Amino acid sequence: MRESLGDRAFGVINVIALGLISLITFFPFYYVFVVSFTDPSEFIRRGLVLFPQHWSLVSYKYLLSTDAFMRAIGNSAFLAIVGTALSLIVTSGLSYAISRRRLQGRRFIMLAILLTTLFNPGIIPPYLLVRDLHLINSIWSLILPVLTSGWYVLLMKGFFDSIPSSLEEAARIDGCNDLSVWYRVILPLSLPSMAAFGLFYAVAYWNTFFTALLYINDFAKHPLQVLLQNMLIDASTAAGGSAAAEMMSEQRIPPETLKMAAVVIATVPILLVYPFLQKHFAKGALVGSVKE
Amino acid sequence: MMDVPADKVTAAAEGKAVGSPPSLVWGGLKRDKYLYLLALPGLIYFIVFRYVPMWGVIISFQDYSPYQGVLNSPWVGFDHFARFFSNPDFLLLFRNTMAINLLSLIFFFPLPILLAVLLNEIRVSSYKKVVQSIIYLPHFLSWVIIVGITFLLLSTGDGVVNKLLVAIGFDKVDFLTNKNYFWGLLTLQSIWKDAGWGTIIFLAAIAGVDPQLYEAAKMDGASRLRQIWHVTLPAIRPVIVILLILRIGHMMDVGFEQVFLMMNGAVSDVADVFDTYVYRLGVKQGQFSFSTAVGLFKSVVGLLLVIGANRLAKKFGEEGVY
Repeated sequence: MRESLGDRAFGVINVIALGLISLITFFPFYYVFVVSFTDPSEFIRRGLVLFPQHWSLVSYKYLLSTDAFMRAIGNSAFLAIVGTALSLIVTSGLSYAISRRRLQGRRFIMLAILLTTLFNPGIIPPYLLVRDLHLINSIWSLILPVLTSGWYVLLMKGFFDSIPSSLEEAARIDGCNDLSVWYRVILPLSLPSMAAFGLFYAVAYWNTFFTALLYINDFAKHPLQVLLQNMLIDASTAAGGSAAAEMMSEQRIPPETLKMAAVVIATVPILLVYPFLQKHFAKGALVGSVKE
Repeated sequence: MMDVPADKVTAAAEGKAVGSPPSLVWGGLKRDKYLYLLALPGLIYFIVFRYVPMWGVIISFQDYSPYQGVLNSPWVGFDHFARFFSNPDFLLLFRNTMAINLLSLIFFFPLPILLAVLLNEIRVSSYKKVVQSIIYLPHFLSWVIIVGITFLLLSTGDGVVNKLLVAIGFDKVDFLTNKNYFWGLLTLQSIWKDAGWGTIIFLAAIAGVDPQLYEAAKMDGASRLRQIWHVTLPAIRPVIVILLILRIGHMMDVGFEQVFLMMNGAVSDVADVFDTYVYRLGVKQGQFSFSTAVGLFKSVVGLLLVIGANRLAKKFGEEGVY
């Protein structure tokens, strides 16, 4: 059947409209990326740069040579690696245990976990708890309080529910106990799903800002996002301001190109895992939509 | 279908186990000791980091001081709440929260639906994938990056938007320090970050539509717009209704990081929301009891809204979240 003129017009307009939306969405990425690679003197001279005449790595070389920036990257990488590993172990252990129907008290445990998704005690009680635990200014304050969440546990439990119990029984006959069933059968089977949860945890840890604002005063322990805040948004206040101010005082390089290079560096790890994230969008959307 | 009786049998068995002599309970504990071991770190987490803070909200009924601790601080009843409600700050916070949420409801909420419908009409799947990859990406960026980019684009000094405005003969605009633009900027940022990501749930709903419905509509001579109106939109209506209701359940929530980062002295009147207020008074000024009371008020209203919204969703014949 041939398409009518109106339908074809709609199709063309639709393609153009979505193209424009994509371009507008993409422009900030493009601009920040291009300026970060622009020769600093050219940026000062031309003012408005939409495409550089001379490409330059000066801003990157300078940023990556400063202690403050490298330390912040190291802290964030530690969070993303160690935090994600611990979160996966804790979340999958608890989720697997409560997915076994024979476990006594599982209904009570599930109800208790569900309650934590409904009621949020606010900012101050967790803050006082972290203080009482003497975790202020410890990097563990950025991991332990957000180790897992009710939504993730319940979501992962739903996933473990779908693994047939015959597999578990077979492993048991082969002499496995619950621990080795989990470690040798269940986890390898659910590797794709664990990868998805791991990626979403890793992005969350890499983006850690709020907990660092609350729990970390020592700028040597700040994750990258806090240093970025000091560089990009508010160089005048906060303890970390001194580190950011020191970095930004490099006279030969305009602060704008430095800032944009910092944004690019902080975004690169996300871009690297993005293709893998894409495979698991459906799961992630579920997590995101219910977590909000 | 097979699951239902199995579920009931296990439930009955569990009921029996709970009501039976302690030796059986201990038998279960012993039998499943490794399962409990697996669950243990998570259970400790929920007790220490989720339930202890829930108990910690009782300091909002005290004049808490860190030296006396929760056990020895004097009780003051609802004094902090009374002080908060009679304070002009309360109305200000409430107004800003509602304004930011209403703008989001009106301008943000319909966009993922529109985008999903348009995406669904793209026939070339590679083009569709490229568009999706671009519009989903901002979701994964932190608010620090997004607010940072906003500053780089909009600042009056080196911002590219103001440079463009000057280049085509306009005056510079103080986007970042003008109260009139603040709520709009927040809405635009949220749209850039999450409107694309929000399409996923609607695209999933659209994917479940029976293709025969489109065939039948075509046979009846329906144009593509009429197919959208009579087939696509009715098919995703249940999802729209449930998301709308849940959205209303979160009317007290405003993202702390976004507002905190966008806030400055010039716009604090229109920017301050419950969480930024709690952070400033509690963490920065040490008014622990008062700020906990403010947070508790927000949480309780939020809880009632979510429960109410969930009831409403079920009334509409949807599943609800709880």
